Formats: sequence, structure tokens, C-alpha cells
Amino acid sequence: MKRKYWLLFASLFGLMALAAVACGGDDATQAPATQVAAATAVPAAAGQAPATQVPAVQAADPTAEPAMVVQEGSRLDLVQDRGTLICAGRTDLAGFGFLNADGDNAGFDVDLCRAVAAAVIGDGNAMELIPITASERGPTIQAGEVDLLSRNVTWTSTRDAQWGNYTTTMFYDGQGFMVPTATGITTALDLDGATVCVTSGTTTELNLADFFRQHGMALETVVFEDTASVYSAYESGRCDATTSDKSQLAAVRSGFADPAAHGILPETISKEPLTPVVAHGDDQWFDVVKTVMSVLINAEELGVTAANVDAMQSSDNVVIRRMLGAEGEFGQSDLGLSATFAVDVIKAVGNYGEIYNRYMGPNGEAFTLPRGQNELWNNGGLIYSPPLR
Amino acid sequence: MRFLTLGGVPLWRDARVLRAAAQIISVLIVVIVAVFVINNVLDAAEKRGFSLGFGFLEEEAGFIISESVIEYGAADTFQSAFLAGVLNTLKIALLGIILATGLGVIVGVARISSNWLVRTVAGVYVETFRNIPLLIQLFFWYFGVFLLLPPVRESIQWPGPVFLNARGFFAVWGSASSSFSTWIWFVLAGVILALAVRVAAGQVQSRFGRATHPNLSALAVLVILPIIGWFLMAESPLVRDVPELGRFNFEGGLRLSPEFAAFLLGLVIYTASFIAEIVRAGILSVQKGQLEAARALGLNELQTMQSVAFPQAMRVIVPPLISQFLNLTKNSSLGILIAYPDLYFVSRTMINQAGRAVPIFLMIMGAYLLMSLTFAVIGNIYNRRVRYVDR
Repeated sequence: MKRKYWLLFASLFGLMALAAVACGGDDATQAPATQVAAATAVPAAAGQAPATQVPAVQAADPTAEPAMVVQEGSRLDLVQDRGTLICAGRTDLAGFGFLNADGDNAGFDVDLCRAVAAAVIGDGNAMELIPITASERGPTIQAGEVDLLSRNVTWTSTRDAQWGNYTTTMFYDGQGFMVPTATGITTALDLDGATVCVTSGTTTELNLADFFRQHGMALETVVFEDTASVYSAYESGRCDATTSDKSQLAAVRSGFADPAAHGILPETISKEPLTPVVAHGDDQWFDVVKTVMSVLINAEELGVTAANVDAMQSSDNVVIRRMLGAEGEFGQSDLGLSATFAVDVIKAVGNYGEIYNRYMGPNGEAFTLPRGQNELWNNGGLIYSPPLR
Repeated sequence: MRFLTLGGVPLWRDARVLRAAAQIISVLIVVIVAVFVINNVLDAAEKRGFSLGFGFLEEEAGFIISESVIEYGAADTFQSAFLAGVLNTLKIALLGIILATGLGVIVGVARISSNWLVRTVAGVYVETFRNIPLLIQLFFWYFGVFLLLPPVRESIQWPGPVFLNARGFFAVWGSASSSFSTWIWFVLAGVILALAVRVAAGQVQSRFGRATHPNLSALAVLVILPIIGWFLMAESPLVRDVPELGRFNFEGGLRLSPEFAAFLLGLVIYTASFIAEIVRAGILSVQKGQLEAARALGLNELQTMQSVAFPQAMRVIVPPLISQFLNLTKNSSLGILIAYPDLYFVSRTMINQAGRAVPIFLMIMGAYLLMSLTFAVIGNIYNRRVRYVDR
């Protein structure tokens, strides 16, 4: 008799445990492993209120995630409440993301972050830069850990589908090779059988494989996680060549002990549109960042600089007055930005050309790289933005 | 209230019921936590657009792996890339375990040597390498030693010929000729026969007390059979493959990349310093009377170690030794920092190129767990054999 009670008792609990597991299992199979894009399209089916702009990113369970990732409202509100923009970038590449003589974060990519910080918070320094490696870029922006990813990110269709939304291409680059001039190699087609140093988790790594395969050339690689290691291994003779975006090669060469001993081969083997990225699922924030980029490009086009922006507010050109918020609207209130945010942006970092020249112009802080494709469209380049109206 | 009693004892005071309830509650807590964690991951993954399927494994990986045990190219699938990573980890772990054990035993014995110099050198070795973080040692060996070797065209040449340069270590090696596949049977026969000889001679020795030198006899069989086979072949089974300077690098022969060499050296030297201490502790745990008795029987120092000290020390040595093997295996994930394409490094690249963080991390965890458990099981089986048996 005793035995029976005990068995009953035990099997009851056993059943409950099983039921709990089974429920868990059901949830697992029901949860569709879809992309956010799909989830956004059918918010009602997922049982979420379709009223707000960003149904897919809303976190229902506040205990589930660290506070930084939880989004009650939009990313814009989050950033403005926090009072700082969190930007994933780098500190190890001259010209794009480095520490200047004062120890501050500086560079082309960093200034794009500052521009966004100035637009949404009103202060270009209200920005926290989180240095990450190349392979950390995808997971970082996918998880929405940062507000903006601005770290030489090449725009590719796969990444666009997986990582996040690509805003506006701010730097047109292409992959090249650097070799010691002493080797006498003058073309990338001479590299059959060569050992090449490269950074892991990059498009560079993939293009390199494609290029050698396409030309039927043998290739050996040494792949590093850390960009600095790539170049120190190359400099110590571990590799015959190294490959990356040509701007990066120029940047790195400027820091070598003997820059003249290394040459960049003429071939450009890929298209590398470097573009800041935001997380999927927040259209408002995506538009905000794109508009800030448009302001930088339009300002150069219209001749508005950090020095003359105040005077330009009373310019007789209505397009300039509209951009600077002195007259009319170009969507600021719909985006949730102040009418004069463009003034803050330009005061903080200047226009596109000023940013470029600050680091890579003739008297650039880091090195000098002719603008080439990165000239404005009306100057023979590819830098173009939609009108602000 | 009667239904709440069991043989006159109320349920809440019945020790058996309480014990059972405690067990069931703890199981429930574990299950609830697990369900919560899994749901949370699935939930978060869905919201952020992390895909959870494993279908991507069939897609083309597109990236290159510097060195691989199997044939792997950029056109192969993510699956083969992962396999290449796993095999690279196994390669460094197995070689590392063998070499670290050898070095560790030598240093451990040296630490209790009666020779002052040997003892001190071993002591300094252990205290130095045991107390510097492995990561720093790896950086030192790779960037501070191997990459500072001269460039290819100014290689250091040792007789053999063996070449040392910033591209690695190149040595003469044998490459298989057409008769190799026949000859390998002689080698296999040698191994099997050697094992048989060792067991048989060992039994004769312990049964009749006659010295039959089981190890030496086995070694002789192991060496002689392949040599006989070698001369029976019409064409010699291995052809001398000398590394020669090509357009960019040495080609042919045996080649160890600086990444592999630095990593192996770093892991072995670091782990051996721990193993040395384990071995020393094991030997010192053998009762003094045992050693004195061995000496009284007229055994020399080597025989004492081999037949008296080590067999008894083993049962102290083996359990912590197994954890050192596991440590070495798990430390092999540091290869990412010196460009050795181990399981973790390849997986990191896969996460980035395939954009599938959650499934790939599950694969990483599964692979390390499987490897560690396998090593642990093998170690435990051996441990059961050397354990003290009460007779």
C-alpha cells in the first residue's frame, strides 16, 4: 500500500516534468527561424501589436536581455534617452579609425559616427566607440548591440540580407595587393604560388580565393583574426604579398618603417563599397542615418563648410536655407530630428570633402590618397546623394 | 488527514517522501531553467533575424584555410571547412599531448634527480613556464621567435638538409613510391608481432623470473621486419624528397608552418611544466621503503624507476594528467591569435561569412565536448587499469 502511494506521487511529478519538456519542445518547433524582414511583414501572426514602427525588435520580456539591447521604443528614442551614440568601429587603421595625437578617436569612419551623434543628440562628441575586429562585425550589428556599425564594412547582398541595413555608401574602394618592391613583381598575375597574408572574416578573404581560382593560380594564405597581426607578419617576411582594400593598404604602408620599400600592384580585383550599417527592423533609425549621410554629401555639393555654416543660414540659395533648417522642411520632423540638425552635423565634422581631406587629403592627418571615385558625382566621382527636400 | 499519512507517519515528516520530493524539485528546477534558456535563445534569435537552421553547411564556404589535414579549397562546403578545423585541432592536441607527456616525465624525474645542476635547471624551467600566461608565451614564440627567422632566400641551413626561415621549417622527407602500399604491410606486421612478443616475453619474465627484456625484444621486431621488407622490394618504398627553393618558397619535403610550430612548441612547453609537477608528486608519493627494498634487491636506478616507482606512481599521476590533456585540448582554441586554423578559428570565420552565429556556436561547443569526453573516457579506462587493486 505504501509503495503504491509513493509510485503514484513519483509518476505524477514525472509526468509534470515531461509535460514541461514537451511544452518547451513545442515552442521550439513553433518558433519560425525566419529573418526579421519576414517577422516585420506579419507582426499580427507573431502576436505582436502592429501599431509601432518597429514591431520585430520589440523585446517582450524585459528580463531576457541586458538593458542596452532592450528596445521599448525606437532606436532613436533609445539613443536620445541614453545621451550617447554607441558606434562599433576600430582604433587600428590610420585614416579610417585611429587614435590621434591627443589620444582621441579619429578617422573617416569615426567622423561618420560623430555626424550621427551630432544629428540626434546635438553633440558630435556624445559618442562611444567600441573597437571590434573584422569578424565581430556581423554578429555585433545583427544582435543590435550597437546603434551604428562604421568600420570599413563592404556592402554585399549576403551581408545585407543577414547583418543589417546598409545606409549610404560613403567610400568606394577596391581590393589590391601590396608586395615588397624588391621582389620585382609588377602585376597580380605574377603571384602564382605566392603566400598572401589576409584578415579573416572579410570580403577580402573571399575575393582573394576567387581571384586566384579564376586565374588558375596556386595560393597559400596565412589568415589572421587581428588586422595589426596581418601587417606585422607581412613586414617580417612571412608572406610574399598582403591584400586588402587599396585605401587600407595605403594607410598601412604609411605606418611601415620604410614605406618606399612596398608597392601596391595596379590591379583592383573587387568592388568594395564601404557603407555604415544599422540593425534590421527599425526603419526610422535607418532613414535617420541615411539622411545624415545625405547632409554630409549635399553640404559639400552646396559649398557649406564647418567654417561658413552660420553665415550660410541666411544664404540667398533656398536649397541651402532649407538644408540648414532656416526655411521649410525636408522631413526632419517625421524623422524625429530637430529642424536645424544639419547645422549641428556640419559644425561637428564639416562636409564630406572636409572629412575626407582631414584624414586623406593633400595635407591629411594620416596619409594622402587622391579622391578618385570618391569625388562628388558632378566632379567625375561616384559620391551622390538624394536631394534634401 | 488520514490520506496524508503513510504508515502512521505524516507525509511531510516521512524521510523517504522528503528525499524523493527534494530530488523531483531539483529535476524540475533544472528542466524549467533549461526550457527558459532555450526559449529565450529562440525568441531572441527570431527577433534579431539570426537564422537557426543548419542548411548553410551545404553551401560553398568561399574562404581559404591556411593549412589542412584533408584536401580543402575555397570551393568546398562549410561542412568541410568545419571538418578541416576539427582535424587541425585534433592534430595539434594529439601531437601536443604526446610531446608534453614525454617532456613532462623527463623534467619531472629530473626535478628529483640527485644531480644539483639537472635538478635546478628543471626547477627553473617549471617555475618559469608554469607562471607565465600561455597567451603571452604563444605571442613570444610566434612573433618573437619564428617570424624573426631570416627570410626565405637567406634561410638557415642545417645538414640533412633542413632549412629554417620565416616561412617555417623544411626538412628532407620520404615520399611514397609505387611499392609503398606493399611495404606498409611489413610495417603493420612488425607492429602486431612486436606487441605479441612484448606480451609473451613479459609473461615468461614474470612467470619464470628470467630476464627476457620484453621491451627491447619488441623494439627489435618492430625495426627488423620493415627493414627486411625494404630490401625485398624491387624499388625502395620511400623516395628522398628534398625541399628546393621555388619561385616564392621551398617546395617539397616535410614542411611545418611557423604558426603550427610556434603553437605546438608553446602548448607543449607550457603543459609539460604542469605535467612535470604531477610526475614529481607521483614519484614522491611512493613509499620510501619500496625504493629501499628495490635497492636491497640489487636493482639499479633505472630498474627501480621502471619496475617499482613508476607502476605505483601511476595511480597518483593519471587522474590529474587526464585534466592536463583536456586543458591542452581546450587551450588549442588560442590558435586564433597566431593564425593557426583550429576548430575555433575556422568557426569564427564561418560565423562571419555565413552569418549563422547560434548554430555554429552550438557546433563548436558540441565538438569540444565530444573531444574532451573522448579523452576523458580513454583516460579513465587506463586509470582503472593502473588503480590499486585490493587482493
